[in-house]
Amino acid sequence: MAILEVKELSKYFGGLAALSDLDLTIDEGEIRGIIGPNGAGKTTLFNVISGVYRPTKGSVIYQGSNISSLSPDQIAEKGLVRTFQRTALFHDFTVLKNVTIARHLHAKEGVFGAIFGTAQQMERENEAKALELVEFMGLGGLKDELAMNLPHGHQRALGVAIALATEPKLLMLDEPVTGMNPTEKQHMLQLIKKVRDQGITILLVEHDMRTVMGLCTYISVLDFGKKLTEGLPKEIQANKAVIEAYLGGEEIAA
Amino acid sequence: MGALAPLIIGLCILPFFARAYVVEVAILFFIYIMLASSYRLIVTVHDWQLYHIVLYGVGAYASGLLAKNFGIPIWVTIPIGGAIASLVGIAIVRPLLRTKGWGFYIATFGLAELIRTIWLRFRIPFGGSTGIINIPYGPVVAGIDFSEHIPYYFFVMGVMFASIYVLYRIDRSRIGDSFKAIYADPLLAETVGIRVPRYRLLACAIGGFIAGIAGGLLVHRLGAVDPRLFDIIAMIYLLVWVVVGGYRTFWGPIIGVCVMQAAFEFSRPLMQIRPLFFGLTLALVLVFMPGGIESLIPKAVARWRRLRGVPTAATG
Repeated sequence: MAILEVKELSKYFGGLAALSDLDLTIDEGEIRGIIGPNGAGKTTLFNVISGVYRPTKGSVIYQGSNISSLSPDQIAEKGLVRTFQRTALFHDFTVLKNVTIARHLHAKEGVFGAIFGTAQQMERENEAKALELVEFMGLGGLKDELAMNLPHGHQRALGVAIALATEPKLLMLDEPVTGMNPTEKQHMLQLIKKVRDQGITILLVEHDMRTVMGLCTYISVLDFGKKLTEGLPKEIQANKAVIEAYLGGEEIAA
Repeated sequence: MGALAPLIIGLCILPFFARAYVVEVAILFFIYIMLASSYRLIVTVHDWQLYHIVLYGVGAYASGLLAKNFGIPIWVTIPIGGAIASLVGIAIVRPLLRTKGWGFYIATFGLAELIRTIWLRFRIPFGGSTGIINIPYGPVVAGIDFSEHIPYYFFVMGVMFASIYVLYRIDRSRIGDSFKAIYADPLLAETVGIRVPRYRLLACAIGGFIAGIAGGLLVHRLGAVDPRLFDIIAMIYLLVWVVVGGYRTFWGPIIGVCVMQAAFEFSRPLMQIRPLFFGLTLALVLVFMPGGIESLIPKAVARWRRLRGVPTAATG
């Protein structure tokens, strides 16, 4: 069952083709890796799928409907959420508050409710759910710490918690383990597996090959905005064209 | 919040012991606080729009004309003025919901100028460059004459506190959280499902309504409307209040109005250099205190606590 399809997707910035005639089919329950050298178009792909950019040509089909012209909030409402390569957080808020805010899609609000304080029960439920997520990501001890004060690795974990708070069906992770030490990476790997086990499909952009090979069920390789090849992790590791695309002959360590 | 009680009591006693002039100035303070707080709401969710002062004017003109030409009492004209100002604000912002930065500033300024031009060009009904006079004052209700400065003072104070309360409750609610999320990172906010354009419209509607009411309150005290009250200079004063006071929290603009307007009043002897004074203050604050005066408060509190040997969160 395909949860996401990208058909003949192209994105031009002026004369530059960031994405060129890209076709992808992601099935439910996958952990799909999107890899490729820098500038291959991976983050642009995420930006187009999540509605930050509109495709120049082609379409993005999510659960059977065309989402190419929708805005990020409309796409999030449908259950497609992404994290950011840059550390995107609500800096002035605590860890717990960051995730509570991200429960937006599951919260009721209206101006009269705000003035007369009628949504208390749902707010308590959302805070409890947020706390669950914070603890799931291993940030329980830091829940009252300001997001901007967290060390880098924890900030990225918070970014994932924020995305999970929306209860996505398809989660797109943009370099989730960048800047983490090996222990943190292992921890994140386990968490991502647990997330998939809860029935969430995962699209993963990563440079850390160990993470990619250890996590992904299938891998698509991009280069210069085009799909170079796709296959199982073992196949990709052995693929000469992929190795060359990355570092001109250097082996991709397992 | 305990500090508020003596303040409110003080404000209630003030008009009976102060000169009439001070009461009039206080009425203006209340109106400016409404303006600055409502402006802050829109600024934090969107950007520094340059038409807010015109919504103040729309409320003033609407309220004044309805009272003068149709004899409608001020209790009705003022909210209607607010509603009309709110609609005008929404109309201006609707095409600009995803715009920020220079395009936004120029577009909002241009549309504000358009409205000002309409007031200046059309002697009927807006009175052109001389404005409108003979606008009715407040009526006599239950023996209290609201055309007198003391009753009107309490009326404006009541409306101001009600507006601040509404803004405060919204700030503390989930809507307020969404507003703050948009301020912190609009793209991230959108990614978690917050409809940024919708929220900007909401902020605009609320902010515009309060600005419009402020205009209505003004016009029924002055008994007249002068288009110069709503020009770019007035807009700059509004900007100065919010920037100098700070806009990160809800209290900043209130501090800004109090500090700058107090300075304004005390600098009357130096009338000529007043614009210089305002411009200089703005420049100095932007360079040395970009968070505004309110950003000094946590620092001052922390320092005071350290001096008194009270363990702070940092020193534990």
